[in-house]
Amino acid sequence: MDYLYYLRQSKMPHIWCDGCGHGIVLKSLLRVIDKLGWDKNDVAVVSGIGCSSRTPGYVDFNTLHTTHGRALAFATGLKIAKPQLHVIVVTGDGDAVAIGGNHFIHAARRNIDISVIIYNNYIYGMTGGQVSPTTPTMKKATTTPFGNPDAPFDISRLAAAAGAAYVARTTVYHYARMDLYIEQALTKKGFSVVEVLSPCPTSYGKLNKLGNGVDMLMYQKENTVSLEKAAQLTPEELENKIVVGVFVDKEQADYQEHYQKVVQKSHNV
Amino acid sequence: MEKSNPNVYMMQGNTACAEGAIAAGCRFFAGYPITPSTEIAEVLAYRLPQVGGNFIQMEDEIAAMGAVIGASLGGVKAMTATSGPGFSLKQENIGFAAMAEIPVVVVDVQRGGPSTGLPTHVSQSDMMQARWGTHGDHGIIALCPSTVRETYDLTIRAFNLSEQFRTPVLLMTDEIIAHLNEKIELPEPSTIKIINRQKPTVPPEKYVPYAMTDTDIPPMANFGEGYRYHVTGLAHDETGFPTNDPAKIEEQLLRINRKIERYRDEIVEVEEFATEKMEVLVIAYGATARSAKKAVQLARENGRRAGLLKLKTIWPFPEKEIAQLAQKVSRIVVPELNLGQIAHEVEWATCRALPVVRVNRINGEPITPHEILQAIVG
Repeated sequence: MDYLYYLRQSKMPHIWCDGCGHGIVLKSLLRVIDKLGWDKNDVAVVSGIGCSSRTPGYVDFNTLHTTHGRALAFATGLKIAKPQLHVIVVTGDGDAVAIGGNHFIHAARRNIDISVIIYNNYIYGMTGGQVSPTTPTMKKATTTPFGNPDAPFDISRLAAAAGAAYVARTTVYHYARMDLYIEQALTKKGFSVVEVLSPCPTSYGKLNKLGNGVDMLMYQKENTVSLEKAAQLTPEELENKIVVGVFVDKEQADYQEHYQKVVQKSHNV
Repeated sequence: MEKSNPNVYMMQGNTACAEGAIAAGCRFFAGYPITPSTEIAEVLAYRLPQVGGNFIQMEDEIAAMGAVIGASLGGVKAMTATSGPGFSLKQENIGFAAMAEIPVVVVDVQRGGPSTGLPTHVSQSDMMQARWGTHGDHGIIALCPSTVRETYDLTIRAFNLSEQFRTPVLLMTDEIIAHLNEKIELPEPSTIKIINRQKPTVPPEKYVPYAMTDTDIPPMANFGEGYRYHVTGLAHDETGFPTNDPAKIEEQLLRINRKIERYRDEIVEVEEFATEKMEVLVIAYGATARSAKKAVQLARENGRRAGLLKLKTIWPFPEKEIAQLAQKVSRIVVPELNLGQIAHEVEWATCRALPVVRVNRINGEPITPHEILQAIVG
């Protein structure tokens, strides 16, 4: 496929560092859109603030780079106003579940037909490596120089509990699986989430002595456990493991289907 | 009983706002419950699905503001309504709409502050937040009704101005006007002037979303209509993409300020009452303008030559209209339900050439006509 067809080439080079996984996610997203044969005019890519949220600037769709944490709020209005648009939100761990956490759970509860790709790198990369809501306990960030005292969010389980129709987690190392999950998410009616673990060697890797981008990819390769296998393991055995797979895949009426019923009832008064 | 005139209603200010929005073409409302604005949401939750629109109650005020921007970008006229605390929460996204030039209408039904303040009592203390509540320099339009009918008319005007100037427009009402039931006669829908955003006429490959046009208002393409472009709250150049070029940054930022200022004569609306042969000018807006009008009537009946200038547009500030009338009088009285937010602007508009007497109240009670009359008499 011709990736350049989907890229705003004049906006290159991108801002992502050497070894960052975000470009791998972007490429997967473009592969899936190409496979689905969607017209570029029918796709909207919406983001908040952060490294991952710079994605919209690079892709030749209707693109909206909103305020920090609010991508889903803007995307909700856009989707309702133009239901024929395929609305895809690209966001990071801090953007999605710290400042944007409220919007994230409510968009899931509402089951609005939007797909969210979360580039989870355990850190605030753009501001230089501060602790995020997914940074593991006792790992280092510039604002947790002696280790993170907080417990991390499990984004996929959060999305599942909040009511999303589709939730999957993978890593950028498992790029074929990433393609599959993103395709399933993009074609799912209702709220769909793909959490992709993406290495940040510049901040998270450096502060926690995890090596370069390749070393961090190898870590993903060697420490990934499928949901099925994870069910057989003890919490101790699962420590430091990345549990991947499809957490939720269900058919349920989305927001707009319910709203159509509201419209019908409003005409009967 | 059959009404003799089907267009006549007893209507609450908040209902008039909701009905004005529908008349203006609003088909998307996102909100969050907050006293004393909630009836606007309740009426639109009922009415919008009936007219092919969408109502959504979001998870907070910030989300509601984001959703209306998203809907407007999708080509649907959109509004949110709130009061003080929610208005504070919306400010960052109001700035986004100003920066990215997305037309939206934000209603602030003012109640006492700061903080949670007086949820069920009147205030006019968000006037400066309307002007400077979000960070950065930007133009803004804020309107202020003082009757139920004006609430209807100015809601329509708010949509028209937002569409014409690609800017957020703030409708600054207050608890009294919002909950006041008045008899109003609504205009025939066919007589209502509606302005829609100017769309690009060039083919998509030639579209420059933030072009430096002669009018300073570049045409706006809706998402999903073949014009793929980038919208960001970052400083951007005419293409809409982020830039660090100081000349490009300045060019765009000066334009979003200038596009309001240069059309201020078109935007500013004031109303004069008994301003012929006057010695004292009362300047008022919103609920307080009702007390002020009564005070001026009482003053005239007692042989005091007082007049009223009612401000229906607050931002851009009617400094030209005020300066002209100020030449005729020796004193100005500014009653308002805050500690002098607009009085300060009046002093600035008149270069402090004459005394500006403040009549202020911040305890949730309105200012009475007699209190204003006392200030007129001096």
